[in-house]
Amino acid sequence: MSAAPLLSIQGVTKRFGQFTAVDRMSFDLNSGVIAGLIGPNGAGKTTLFDTLAGLLRPDEGSVHLDGHPIHGLVPHKVCASGLSRTFQIPRPFPEMSVLENVMMVPLGQIGEKFWNNWFRPGKVAQEERQAKEQAEDIIEFCGLTRVKGDQAGSLSGGQLKLLELARVLMADPKIILLDEPAAGVNPSLMVTLVEKIQELNARGHTFLVIEHNMELVMSICEPIMVMAQGKLLYSGTASGARKDPKVLDAYLGDLP
Amino acid sequence: MIGLVSYLVFFLILSLIFGIAVLGLNLQWGFTGLFNAGVAGFIGIGAYTMAILTGPSRDAVFGGFELPFVIGLIGAMVVSGIAALAVGIVTHKLKHEYLAVATFGIAVTIQLVCLNWEYLTGGTLGLIGIPNPTKDLAEGPLAQNALFLCIVISLGLITFIAIENIVKSPWGRMLKAIREDEIASSSLGKDPARIRLEAFVLGCMAMGLSGALYVSFIGYVSPWDFLPILTFQIWTMLIVGGSANNRGALLGALIVWGVWTMSGYVISNVVPSEIQAQGGAMQAILIGLILVVMLLLRPRGLIGEELQVSRHARSLND
Repeated sequence: MSAAPLLSIQGVTKRFGQFTAVDRMSFDLNSGVIAGLIGPNGAGKTTLFDTLAGLLRPDEGSVHLDGHPIHGLVPHKVCASGLSRTFQIPRPFPEMSVLENVMMVPLGQIGEKFWNNWFRPGKVAQEERQAKEQAEDIIEFCGLTRVKGDQAGSLSGGQLKLLELARVLMADPKIILLDEPAAGVNPSLMVTLVEKIQELNARGHTFLVIEHNMELVMSICEPIMVMAQGKLLYSGTASGARKDPKVLDAYLGDLP
Repeated sequence: MIGLVSYLVFFLILSLIFGIAVLGLNLQWGFTGLFNAGVAGFIGIGAYTMAILTGPSRDAVFGGFELPFVIGLIGAMVVSGIAALAVGIVTHKLKHEYLAVATFGIAVTIQLVCLNWEYLTGGTLGLIGIPNPTKDLAEGPLAQNALFLCIVISLGLITFIAIENIVKSPWGRMLKAIREDEIASSSLGKDPARIRLEAFVLGCMAMGLSGALYVSFIGYVSPWDFLPILTFQIWTMLIVGGSANNRGALLGALIVWGVWTMSGYVISNVVPSEIQAQGGAMQAILIGLILVVMLLLRPRGLIGEELQVSRHARSLND
């Protein structure tokens, strides 16, 4: 049985002037996977993420999520279609509390229309209570309960990574793009992070992960895509990637 | 004693009228980060709309509809809102200093239109005889001013509560998120262009209300009331009181208007008469000085921003 792919990327190309950052990338992802996207620095991984998430417009190619085209949409529309991403360098709302960083996320809140705060305050309050409960659950899941009342700007680098994860979880997307979730995270927190990703995956969340930590990638990601100089070099299993001469040459080298 | 009381009433009326405009600017700058340097223009639009709608008819000048005070207020807010919508749509891609330059230019244009479009605005002479609603309701200037103060307090309170309500809410949370990181908030599904436009229009409507109250209190409107210095006064009020805090916005209006009027008094009584003509410039320098000192010593203003946005997110550490 082969289901239609959740995310389908066909010939996506992104150029900056003469430089082609992403060169005819094509791959499909099925629902329920933790896919890894690896490659040397400057390979175009984050540019591909930015293009998928609507921050950049692809020059060519198409992206379909659950059968619907999302290429060329602005970021908030991409998010509304069910694709959420985190950032390599976390982008918290520094002067808001951790709790409200997460509470701001749900889409289509009644209280996001300003007039509802005048004319339907009861409804807004009710929805906010639900959002708060849900946010607190997610914050607890991400291990941030102790700091939920703190300014997000005061969190450590690792905690900010977890806050990024908490925010995308609050959006409850069909697919989550994680950009280097383990970078700058201490080893014990990284174990937590890996567990969280696996636990979420077991609950049905699909992930596409950019990561340089090979231990993490090789242990939890399947399939693995390798990018170099904007092109897709390899797509397949983790063990296959370790043996592929092109991958070894471009990125992995003599990985043990 | 009566003199002092009536002066105090007069002072409070004007500072609260400005306070309403500061609340509008606070919504734009404090909560959303929109650099509106054209405040005077939007106050002016409200003022002229009020004058045209409620003023007496006169030869060769448009308007003079003699409509009731309340209709004038609503009309002023609607027209300012429509003007803001037009400006907001045209400038929706502009941010920070680019928006400031654009809005500054628009305000100067509005002032010049008021100065030159005699059929609509009465030109340099302005429009006179704008009715004050308290004239028919109370006897004597003090009672009339006291009544007008009640009207201004009520409308100021309504504006304050209305804005507090929407900024301490999920909508307000989006404003703040967009102010702090537009890319992150759009990646989380929020539409920055729409939200910025809403905040801009609502803020300008408050400025329009302020202008309308001003003109019905003074009874007269002229293009010279809406020079760029007015924009800087309103800005200073916000910075002194505390950006992103509505109580701070009102406090700043009281303090800065107090300093302004007192400095006027001091200049006219202390400064030698040969340089009295430069009194206005001295006041402007004083406002600039307050702004700079405040930004250096207490950049968050007298009452700063609160951490919690939505009033529903209370009991954080329960």
